[in-house]
Amino acid sequence: MANYSLKINGETFNVDVEEDTPLLWVLRDHLGLVGTKYSCGIAQCGACTVHLNGEATFSCTLPVSSVGSDEVTTIEGLSKEGDHPVQKAWNEVDVAQCGYCQAGQIMTASALLKKNPSPSMAEIEDAMNRNLCRCGTYHKIREAVALAAKTK
Amino acid sequence: MAELLKSNRRDFLKIAGTAAGGLFIGFYWSGCDSPKMQVLTDEEVLSQAHNFNSFLSISPSGDVVIYSPNPELGQNIKTSFPMVVAEELDADWEKVRVFQAHLDNDKFDRQVTGGSGAMPHSWERLRNAGATAKFLLVSAAAAQLDVDASELTTEKGQVIHSKSGKKIPYGDLVTDASKLDVPEEVPLKNYKDFKIIGTPVKNVDNKAMFTGQPIYGLDIYREGMVQAMIQRPPFGMKIKSVDDSEARKIADITDVVTFNNNVAVVGDSTWPLMKAKKLLKIDYEPDGNVESTEDHDRLFQDLMEKGKAQVMRQDGNVDQAFGNAAKVVTAEYQCPFLSHSPMEPMNFFAHVKGDKVELVGPTQTPDRARMETAQLLDIPTENISMELTRLGGGFGRRLRADFVVEAVELSKILDKPVKVTWSREDDMTGGAYRPAVRYKFQAALDDSGKMIGYKLRGVGINAGNTTRENNFPSGSVDNLLIESINHNSPITTNAWRAPITNFLAYAEQSFLDEVALEAGKDPVSFRLELMDRAKKDPVGEIHYDIDRMKGVVEMAAEKSNWGKDSNVMQGFSVYFSHRSYVAQVANIEMEDSQPVLKKITAVTDCGIVVNPTGANQQVRGGIVDGMGHAMFTNMTFANGLPNQKNFDTYRLIRMKEVPEIDVHFVDNGIDPTGLGEPALPPTGGAIANAIFKATGRRLRSQPFIEQKEFSDIKLEIKRA
Ligand code: FES
Ligand code: FES
Repeated sequence: MANYSLKINGETFNVDVEEDTPLLWVLRDHLGLVGTKYSCGIAQCGACTVHLNGEATFSCTLPVSSVGSDEVTTIEGLSKEGDHPVQKAWNEVDVAQCGYCQAGQIMTASALLKKNPSPSMAEIEDAMNRNLCRCGTYHKIREAVALAAKTK
Repeated sequence: MAELLKSNRRDFLKIAGTAAGGLFIGFYWSGCDSPKMQVLTDEEVLSQAHNFNSFLSISPSGDVVIYSPNPELGQNIKTSFPMVVAEELDADWEKVRVFQAHLDNDKFDRQVTGGSGAMPHSWERLRNAGATAKFLLVSAAAAQLDVDASELTTEKGQVIHSKSGKKIPYGDLVTDASKLDVPEEVPLKNYKDFKIIGTPVKNVDNKAMFTGQPIYGLDIYREGMVQAMIQRPPFGMKIKSVDDSEARKIADITDVVTFNNNVAVVGDSTWPLMKAKKLLKIDYEPDGNVESTEDHDRLFQDLMEKGKAQVMRQDGNVDQAFGNAAKVVTAEYQCPFLSHSPMEPMNFFAHVKGDKVELVGPTQTPDRARMETAQLLDIPTENISMELTRLGGGFGRRLRADFVVEAVELSKILDKPVKVTWSREDDMTGGAYRPAVRYKFQAALDDSGKMIGYKLRGVGINAGNTTRENNFPSGSVDNLLIESINHNSPITTNAWRAPITNFLAYAEQSFLDEVALEAGKDPVSFRLELMDRAKKDPVGEIHYDIDRMKGVVEMAAEKSNWGKDSNVMQGFSVYFSHRSYVAQVANIEMEDSQPVLKKITAVTDCGIVVNPTGANQQVRGGIVDGMGHAMFTNMTFANGLPNQKNFDTYRLIRMKEVPEIDVHFVDNGIDPTGLGEPALPPTGGAIANAIFKATGRRLRSQPFIEQKEFSDIKLEIKRA
């Protein structure tokens, strides 16, 4: 066990966990931030995507010991009122089916738009292709990312 | 003209006073941009609201509370059910709050998500719930205004007396209205007058989903709860011995329990459980057949050649027809096992407290889960409460209760509240797959290319009846024989979105394409000829509506520009399942001198479309699902265990591989007939037929990507 001081959503959290514990489980089991989802645990689906210093990162394979002083943002911290342009676009396009993958999709999309505010369709697909949606909402995800790029 | 329908009295047993509170999962999001009004909290609304029936309460503030009883797994029922109630109520949708109802057999029936059956089953009941409340509100208004009810109309949460120009909001009427007697019959609207149904209403859980609220089963954390993961045995094996010494060394592991051929590791958080589970040393020994894919291949071949089949349907004399045939077409098709793999793996919370049980989690059949729990513990079902969370997908996997019952068993053993989480590997190897099947089709054609005989023999592993014997083309062929053989295996199977038809439709619609081409006919004309035949001179029983089926075929041909553009290679498919009709056309074009699947056009007849956004997504999602699994996904077995254990080898379709999908609905005013599944079955066939058109190569096995016939197909589509 070791103590880690983590910067998450602008706050500092202290946790006492094994050093190989993935950030995903620190968030979910230790900090009650359950918006970040578990689905594969092996960096294949994107359900667990968070921002690490603004970069979309799979938290399921990221050991807590490697986070250090990096800034973590989860879906809960993306915006105060749920009104980040990507969240608004997700509502506008009414993207979700079961919704389970969507927090991860939103985190990947918002990281993309931060780096590339007006991506082409091909660039949107390059960024979003790493997130699986078992319900098949891919058309709407594409549409919502494009809308968010236009409206913000 | 309004239709008259008998209201279901059971819904309107008046509950005096206010609605009972309770813990509900539901969020109110008026939309990010709308101006903030004085908004009451859910608790305030619930404590003031008058119950009109199982589905509906209205508070004096005018807020309308609608309970949605069916499990929500992405079929959008939690939005579309309330839309139907609100429609007949003439509610102001902005003032509607939706709550997930928990399992309650007194208030609701068929709290099930499966068979695309919720809307067809509840359509009338939901409408009556809204219409009856509206009737009572109007009666109360008539008394207040001292006018005849016939002078009153309703709109957006108000009763209107146009003569005097007076308007009374529903909130001002609820106290009086809730004291009135419930009428036997109430008028329902004509579908042409619908104002909410047929409009794109946003998912009521959007805010919760898009801000990361704890709404899924895996998000459940309760006071005093422990967590557990379970190592389940390979199929056909039982535990011989368990060495848990290494597992117990992991910090945070509080217990290791062997029960019922399972070994559970118990602790406080997930990561130590995952590590400990990997350190378990379990020896298994055979307890029945321990099967591998090679065994299945042999079995399929044997049973197809000489197995004793059950005759499902027989018309005319097939031997004679095939004896007289000018041409016989024969083909075999096969589909592998598949895992359901919803994005949220199986999980459940259970707390056994003496002879009482509290259950919370994602299930498609809460009632079955409760019944199996009652049986296991030998207690009455009334002792068991079942709270429904949102489901991160289901696809049929959550129709089983295995993952609920094992949590109950473990909670009883530990004497603690427990949440059991399945890792992805557990979920994929832990059973209940789509069955593997093979089909052999034969068609007899006469000189003119008419199909005079048709034979289908299906063999499945734990598939039950592998055919749909009364479905098309039955009824259109004079001599027909449909047979099915089932092999019982320890590998568990379960309904998988559009059970049986998810592979049967692919095989049958591909085969009919083969027959049409052998007969020298256009695939669409060939199907229409068969349907005309079935209409004019039906052979035996017909369980589909020929006009509705023809309707989607003709409209799909028109919308897809069938056969009009020589640069576009098209494949056709049509299927009737779960009461609805869907025709699809797949378009292949050349890109960088390689064939690529560019577009799928779908025409659906599911009766009235309740929510166009949701319906559109059900069709697109069904097509993406059907396409992805037909093209990419395989599950093979070695010694009773799947070889594919996670998404690195179990390949699901991704964004870049998904073509444009053009969705159309038939507008016919028929009561809704179901939409969660029917769009999936036709897809595999439409794609395989388009690939044949483009390459001359017939894909008779899924997944396509593993067939040499598919090798030069381009997978990623260029997007402008
Ligand atoms: S859970 Fe992390 S990528 Fe799938
Ligand atoms: S919405 Fe269900 S997995 Fe994406």
